[in-house]
Amino acid sequence: MTDAAIVTAQGVSVELSGRAVLRDVSLALSPGHLVALVGPNGAGKTTLLRALAGLAPSSGAIVVRGDALSSLSLRERARRFAYLPQGHIVHWPLPARDIVALGRYPHGATDPARLSPGDAEAVQRAMRAADVFEFADRRVTELSGGERSRVALARVLAVEAPVILADEPTSSLDPRHQIDVMKTLRSAADQGTLVIVVTHDLGLAARFADTVLVLSDGRLVSQGAPVEALSEQVMANVFRISAYRAEFQREAVIVPWAEI
Amino acid sequence: MSIHNGLQAVLATADVAARRRASVMAALVVVVVLLLLLSLGVGPVRLSPLSVIDALFGGGSDVAQVIVREIRLPRAILGFAIGAMLGLSGAALQGLLRNPLASPSLFGAPQSAAFGAVLVIALGLADVRSWALPVAAIAAAFASVFALLAITGRNAGLLILILAGLAISSLAGAATALVMNLSSNPFVVLEIAFWLLGSLEDRSFRHVLLALPFISAGAVILLSQRHAFRALSLGEETAQSLGVDVGVLRLMVITGVALGVGGAVAVSGTIGFVGLVAPHLMRPLIGHDPTRLLVPSALTGAALLLSADVAVRLIPSTSDIKVGVLTSIIGVPFFLYLIMRERRALSGGVA
Repeated sequence: MTDAAIVTAQGVSVELSGRAVLRDVSLALSPGHLVALVGPNGAGKTTLLRALAGLAPSSGAIVVRGDALSSLSLRERARRFAYLPQGHIVHWPLPARDIVALGRYPHGATDPARLSPGDAEAVQRAMRAADVFEFADRRVTELSGGERSRVALARVLAVEAPVILADEPTSSLDPRHQIDVMKTLRSAADQGTLVIVVTHDLGLAARFADTVLVLSDGRLVSQGAPVEALSEQVMANVFRISAYRAEFQREAVIVPWAEI
Repeated sequence: MSIHNGLQAVLATADVAARRRASVMAALVVVVVLLLLLSLGVGPVRLSPLSVIDALFGGGSDVAQVIVREIRLPRAILGFAIGAMLGLSGAALQGLLRNPLASPSLFGAPQSAAFGAVLVIALGLADVRSWALPVAAIAAAFASVFALLAITGRNAGLLILILAGLAISSLAGAATALVMNLSSNPFVVLEIAFWLLGSLEDRSFRHVLLALPFISAGAVILLSQRHAFRALSLGEETAQSLGVDVGVLRLMVITGVALGVGGAVAVSGTIGFVGLVAPHLMRPLIGHDPTRLLVPSALTGAALLLSADVAVRLIPSTSDIKVGVLTSIIGVPFFLYLIMRERRALSGGVA
């Protein structure tokens, strides 16, 4: 896996106002994988995502497609990492299609009313993949939470970046929308994108991810295929719970069950 | 198939919106041109639009030429440029802070600029028509906006911004009052007091020359950042992840607003609330996109100030009403109306 890695981190640490939030994290991730980043609240999941995107100052080395992150311009970073923050904030009631078109901003398409044919096609592909056509013309502030999350997802897909970083894209969504979002991200991974998803839902992580990274207190304590990375011992030590484990339709099922 | 139809419909609606924006822009340009002609025609000697155009291009009587080209033209140019700059600054600040109640005057920028200028006048460092005046005004405006953003921090809510803005404009007002208080020359004090009210009366091309370079530079800087405002709709972090250097953007907006407002205040005194009102008038017509609002808000600001400046010449009164007084008299109730309309969001404490 290391030889074909698209993103590698060597000894990455992050301090926020004097407190170590991320300690010495090293990893190597390959294209075409869906990676779930899990861990208790405050473990540093969002910080790791932000450090990878270059949004949080970190020490250590991060390399993307052979280039050191620190050597890349903001725009070049924006083309390599599509970042989906928590909460899908939109401050003005803009039409959904304009939000999706902002995904082409890193490629120089600054005006959604004047997209080049290539950019317009990318926007359409993204809107189709995230299924937002029916409300593309409505203002995002008028949409339901589920619809808004699809718009945000389409915006990230429209970047057509080799790496997608998604911070809790399924939180506050109903089960159907959670599965929709994960399937959309899964198919992006199947088309060759590296998708890193922060989630608290161990069930979704076990079912959809190729790799699970477990963070605890700023350290990477476990990584691997879901069933191994989320072993009984890790669940006990990191999350202090036991889980029900099974297999359904040949996919791993992990359901958090009881506190330890 | 349904996707295709949906796409067609989407493109059609986008097209309608674009056409609507274009016609609003055309209408604004027409209104501003008419107001410019009106501004050149209205005064003690009334001239018809046709004789104004005639005089402007060297026709008509000598008297008409002097009135139009030397007395009223500088005033009209300043009305246009200052109004446009205030509208643009308001739209840019609202875009930067993602907040519809942001404006230069609520944040104390013109008041601070006035303090800078007053200090220069009172200390006798320069007369009212020297370059020192706009430079001092710009420096003070820059300091005030910079201080505001430094005090309120990155993702400041509305409450914090308004409170800090209130404090800064009060401080600038108090400092101005102190300067006048300590000044030994009563004529200087009177001159300052009237100048503070904000007016475009008796301005010459010397004033235009003084203000226009700074206003133009400020406008160019603000417009150069226009696309970043749209990306900023998604929040600072997401904008950064899309390649917008938010730190640079903030600095550019502060600089642009300070140059424009400082340059304007140096020749006209404080003219408030144009920057707050202009973007609000445009949102129902243009939409909420902060990038698309910039130029229409500038034109609306120009139209507002030009009509206010025509109005002060038409309102019958024993002594002349200052245009800055008129814009505040109209602007403050409008601000109160905005607060009433948005009070649910305001009482929630979130912007």
